[in-house]
Amino acid sequence: MAAGAVISLQGVTKRFGGLTAVDGVSVDLVEGEFFALLGPSGCGKTTLLRMVAGFEEPDEGAIHLDGRDMARLGANRRPINLMFQSYALFPHMDVRRNISYGLEMERLAKGEIARRVDEILEQTQLSALAHRKPAQLSGGQRQRVALARALIKRPRVLLLDEPLGALDKKLREQMQLELKRLQHEFGITFVVVTHDQEEALVLADRIALMNGGRIVQLDAPRALYEEPRTRFAAQFIGLTNLFEGRAVAGGIEIAGLGPLQAACDLQAGSACALSVRPERIVLARDRMAEGYNAVSGEITDIAYLGQSENLRVAVDGYETPLSVCVAPDGQADARTDARTGAQRHRVGETVWCHWRPAHGRILTD
Amino acid sequence: MARRALAAHLALTYGFLYGPILVLMVLSFNRAGLPTVWTGFSLEWYVTLADSPAILAAALNTIIVAVVSTVIATTLGTLLALGVERRRQSNAVDALLFAPMIIPDIVLAIALLSFFTLLEVTLGLHSIILSHVVFNIAFVCAVVRTRLKHFDYAIIEASIDLGADRFTTFRRVTLPVIFPGVLAGALLAFTLSFDEFIIAFFTAGAGASSTTLPMRIYSMIRFGVTPEINAMATIIMLISFTLVFFSQRLNRATVSD
Amino acid sequence: MNSQRRSLVLALPGLGWLTVFMIVPCLIVFFFSFFERGVYGGIEYNFGFDNFLRAAEPIYLSIFLGSARIAALATLIAVIIAYPAAYAISLAPKDRQNTYLFLVMLPFWSNYLIRTYAWIVLLNREGLINKALGGAGIITEPLPILYNDFAVITGLVYNYLPFVILAIYASLQRLNPELREASTDLGAPAWVTFLRVTLPLTLPGVAAGAVFVFVLSIGNFITPDLLGGGRIQMVGNLIYDQFLSARDWPFGAALSLILIFIMMLLLFTQAVFVNRAQQARAAPDG
Repeated sequence: MAAGAVISLQGVTKRFGGLTAVDGVSVDLVEGEFFALLGPSGCGKTTLLRMVAGFEEPDEGAIHLDGRDMARLGANRRPINLMFQSYALFPHMDVRRNISYGLEMERLAKGEIARRVDEILEQTQLSALAHRKPAQLSGGQRQRVALARALIKRPRVLLLDEPLGALDKKLREQMQLELKRLQHEFGITFVVVTHDQEEALVLADRIALMNGGRIVQLDAPRALYEEPRTRFAAQFIGLTNLFEGRAVAGGIEIAGLGPLQAACDLQAGSACALSVRPERIVLARDRMAEGYNAVSGEITDIAYLGQSENLRVAVDGYETPLSVCVAPDGQADARTDARTGAQRHRVGETVWCHWRPAHGRILTD
Repeated sequence: MARRALAAHLALTYGFLYGPILVLMVLSFNRAGLPTVWTGFSLEWYVTLADSPAILAAALNTIIVAVVSTVIATTLGTLLALGVERRRQSNAVDALLFAPMIIPDIVLAIALLSFFTLLEVTLGLHSIILSHVVFNIAFVCAVVRTRLKHFDYAIIEASIDLGADRFTTFRRVTLPVIFPGVLAGALLAFTLSFDEFIIAFFTAGAGASSTTLPMRIYSMIRFGVTPEINAMATIIMLISFTLVFFSQRLNRATVSD
Repeated sequence: MNSQRRSLVLALPGLGWLTVFMIVPCLIVFFFSFFERGVYGGIEYNFGFDNFLRAAEPIYLSIFLGSARIAALATLIAVIIAYPAAYAISLAPKDRQNTYLFLVMLPFWSNYLIRTYAWIVLLNREGLINKALGGAGIITEPLPILYNDFAVITGLVYNYLPFVILAIYASLQRLNPELREASTDLGAPAWVTFLRVTLPLTLPGVAAGAVFVFVLSIGNFITPDLLGGGRIQMVGNLIYDQFLSARDWPFGAALSLILIFIMMLLLFTQAVFVNRAQQARAAPDG
């Protein structure tokens, strides 16, 4: 167990019938960090969260909070609170009663409860809505009530189950900032469960990427995106182009394309894949100078997205078309100085796709 | 702990619900016919039943009433459900459809008796049938409406778009889709009519020719505890349970697909 | 023909049947109630409110109150038995809940007379319960448990319990399970969660079941007739007598109207109650 760990999971496993939902997960959560459990639905992230909250018991392994074993400690006695995906606001109580509920359970004095409720209503800008019922609130307001209801208990850890899933895009961006602000203000460890990679990247200090009940990669957002360790990680976080081939000295040999340069320390001949992010690819009419990998192909599709343009390029000699993301209208791209003055791309046009060897990653799993 | 207490309570509740029924069923095979002493297995009370022309006639009457009122109520109730579900929701119509299910049978019974008497309608099996259709329409309609709640009306438009006329669409698309609900409603209606006593009692008239099985049972019970009732109760229970079992299965298929 | 017209045509035969054989008969009862009984049981068309005034006489008022008392007791007992039973079913594994519920409802759909008769067999002086208690030496004299309030209430509870369980189960089912978890998460022990979250949010189901039992009990005829053995008079029996023995149809009609009025009042109150509860939980996810 690392020093400074608030929560420490050791070999936590949970089975439902014949299905292993969580499979030997070990991870330490650091005091005050914003942690994300990210993965597709069914990857075990929600089950893991529910075990930490105390709603499920692990079949194997242990969960420690501040060094104390949480086994046999009911969900109502753990200093951990959960913000439910549906928010689970009590429909028959107004905002104030919802928020004070948790403190009433601690049998605090009436005055103390009132004072703390006023305080948190203020902090979450809910004072004006204190006497409304949940049904009379908007989605964003409900989310703030759910947050206030959990935060007022001053838990050691706040768990958030898909906190922004029910909100529309505009509101989601606003609430992301709000969540970060509150986490900073309260200094509580936040653990968010999400299937939305963008949400995890924006919110978290560290992300545990889960698949099939295991944590497949645990990294800071930037590292997770730039240095995926598996095909799954590369494809789940953002978009990528994967070339399947065999390792050679200083790169990878792709059938139909020949050798491509990349940092590779694998034994020559072993099966592996090369991942290249669409925005790392630079297009040009002619093949550029040394220092780039280059493949040629024909543009088959252009999707205009306003701030960028997604292109599909059918590569000569390779089955899967390449995804390429460029700034629209051929404007100069700050990352490269190669395309000043270039014009708008057209479907049917033949182009060369370039990327620097450092921007490709060799993956084995 | 609490869970175990709840489970025990549920078991006792089932005991309460099924105990009396099981006692009747067991007693129907008791040779002595006495409710309390077991004197050996016997089918003689069933034989007695089968030999009683009055009971067989009453059974036949009951079946006639149940079948005819079910056919009428299923037809009208299904059409009614189809009509009502596509219209704007109306509290008056909903109340009208709910009323037969909740109105005390004794009130509906005397109301119908007053109605038939005032119009000088001769009472008999036909007046029982007319009366039973009233509550059966409501139940069939309720069951079919539940089915229609899950109905995708776009398939009707799809059928018409593909060239079918209204009638063909109903026969080839609408009816097959709602059919489990219609059948479930019909089975329910049959069971209700088969078991109904008070309304039949008031609208049957004086003649013995229109006595139904429940009316027969009522007079037997008033007469005292007799072993034949146990035998008849067992048969009727088994018929009802079978019908309701199939009705529920259809209904479940209705909701889950 | 537009679709509104077409759907009206579909609905018309059914609505027509209900109008002719339910609405019109009820209207006739309504008019009867303002007239007088004829010498030989017919109807004298002299308009007046005598029947309603007569219904308020102590002898009839006490029958109304007595019926209400028996119906209320039956309702109370049914709810007390039904709530934990429904709760137990809602805790069972999902795939078994439907079967449990079906087993609850099955007796409800079988013959009412026979279900009531079964209790005569169990409760009479020579019945199974008295024999069993006597055999065990607990009693020396048979208990007088048939033909009294106890028997009538038992019969009513027995007959309507399944519906109350169904109504309460339905409201437990609609309850978002995350609400209970949220209460636990905020530190509430199980019984506090039950009292402050589960119970208040399932009261509409309790109310629906209770109104149903009460309404069907107060207007019941068979149960007091068979299990009360003629000694227990309830409104239903009184109406029956007016039509079949006393042959005072106008008075019977007035009694029926009063019964329907009580019933509608209860249903209306319950509808208002449920409406308010539904508005409180109109939130799509609350």
